Amino acid sequence: MDSGTAERKDWMGLLARAPEGRIAGLMADAGLAGDTTWLRPPEVGSVMVRGRTGGTGAAFNLGEMTVTRCSLKLACGTVGHGYVQGRRKDDAGAAALVDALMQTDRADQVADAVLVPLQAEEVERKAARAAKAASTRVEFFTMVRGEDA
Amino acid sequence: MYVAVKGGERAIENAHAWLAEERRGDTDVAELSVAQIREQLSLAVNRVMAEGSLFDPDLAALAIKQARGDLIEAIFLIRAYRTTLPRFGFSRPIETAEMACDRRISATFKDLPGGQVLGPTFDYTHRLLDFKLAADGEVPPAPMGQTSAEPVPHVTGFLNREGLIEEAPADDSDPGDLTREPLELPADRSLRLQSLARADEGFTLGMAYSTQRGYARTHAFVAELRIGTVAVEMDIPELGFEIEISEITVTECETVNQFKGSKTEPPQFTRGYGLIFGQSERKAISVALVDRALRWDELGEDDVGAPAQDAEFVLYHGDNVQATGFLEHIKLPHYVDFQSELELVRKLRREAGSDKGQEAAE
Repeated sequence: MDSGTAERKDWMGLLARAPEGRIAGLMADAGLAGDTTWLRPPEVGSVMVRGRTGGTGAAFNLGEMTVTRCSLKLACGTVGHGYVQGRRKDDAGAAALVDALMQTDRADQVADAVLVPLQAEEVERKAARAAKAASTRVEFFTMVRGEDA
Repeated sequence: MYVAVKGGERAIENAHAWLAEERRGDTDVAELSVAQIREQLSLAVNRVMAEGSLFDPDLAALAIKQARGDLIEAIFLIRAYRTTLPRFGFSRPIETAEMACDRRISATFKDLPGGQVLGPTFDYTHRLLDFKLAADGEVPPAPMGQTSAEPVPHVTGFLNREGLIEEAPADDSDPGDLTREPLELPADRSLRLQSLARADEGFTLGMAYSTQRGYARTHAFVAELRIGTVAVEMDIPELGFEIEISEITVTECETVNQFKGSKTEPPQFTRGYGLIFGQSERKAISVALVDRALRWDELGEDDVGAPAQDAEFVLYHGDNVQATGFLEHIKLPHYVDFQSELELVRKLRREAGSDKGQEAAE
């Protein structure tokens, strides 16, 4: 996989995990917008989530999740795709717009305004949760008994 | 026999209007929002997602509100909604080894890489009613600890290194899907795990408990129970590569079970597995025990005739939407059926009565 694809995977994942309304909020703060036409207007559907037997083995169908997806095109012809969990057409649209803009010469501006703060907020969110989990980690004290001590 | 009957439209409309009013309850009490249910009744939301077989906390919360807290009714609403959705595809199998764990415990090893992490658990609470919750909902923030970059590998992996446990080699071939094809027997393990993941929690718990009490005893140890978030990745045809489309919370339970060995397998530990949407450890442990009991044939064990060994019994009675549909239909009009029964009993009584009359005359 080339580095461009790896970068795009990273930002599409970050956009998919963003909290409701956050991408549009950051876009609005930065005054970012794009002249777009829908290739596929936002639609709600399901994706079957798979697991693995025993955590490592054969795939099985765990259950579905709701997903909203869309595709759009900028005036210059650049195409963006948005995939988010839930029934969130605005968020899918905002994700697709950012995906498209990130492939244009405005990429640096969009990254600074949207991706950088999203990434920082996500790191903070995950760190807070991990820290709470860490505080519940059991520290065992061994009680030594008997003559072998 | 069920016969369509006409009439009763106004009664039905009025009954539904009253239902809506009763659902709202006393209007002097503030109305519950869907967000409140999602955030504050999250384990009920998780159960509806798991058994509704659709990961969507907002929809599950809405269903609970609409169902007045009747979780089986809410699950029914989610299953019905699910059928209206176009299927975009399927994810890559989620990698639970990469889970960001909120909770991770092992009953088999005290000291293990990644440690024992209790997470937000009811365990070790005293089960005393907390009247403070009735007064106000203010809680102090939870303590924060020092995180480490230490990996949190699956416990069964350690046993695997010694060859003491059966392997579970990766296989990405397409599994059967009981939402596409009706469940038929014999059902392979993939289908059984799908069916158990959406089965009624109470039923699954009862089945698992029966194995502990001696009906198909399998001596399960919880090698590992983990709850946390995992990435969901999907191949996107228009992109030509896979992307992460979400993060979801799941509960995973792996049991290790005694196994004396068979003609083809050496003595070793065998595995039971449960994977459930959301935080739902009672269900995950139950599924792992039932999964293991259902593997008797594959592992060359005896069929002792226990209910938990009977795939037909377990899989065909665990779905609470199917079960409640059939159970509750008997309250609907069966007037014609019952008329014929009534006629039959009257006829039998007449015949018995005339027999008695004859006996008396003789």
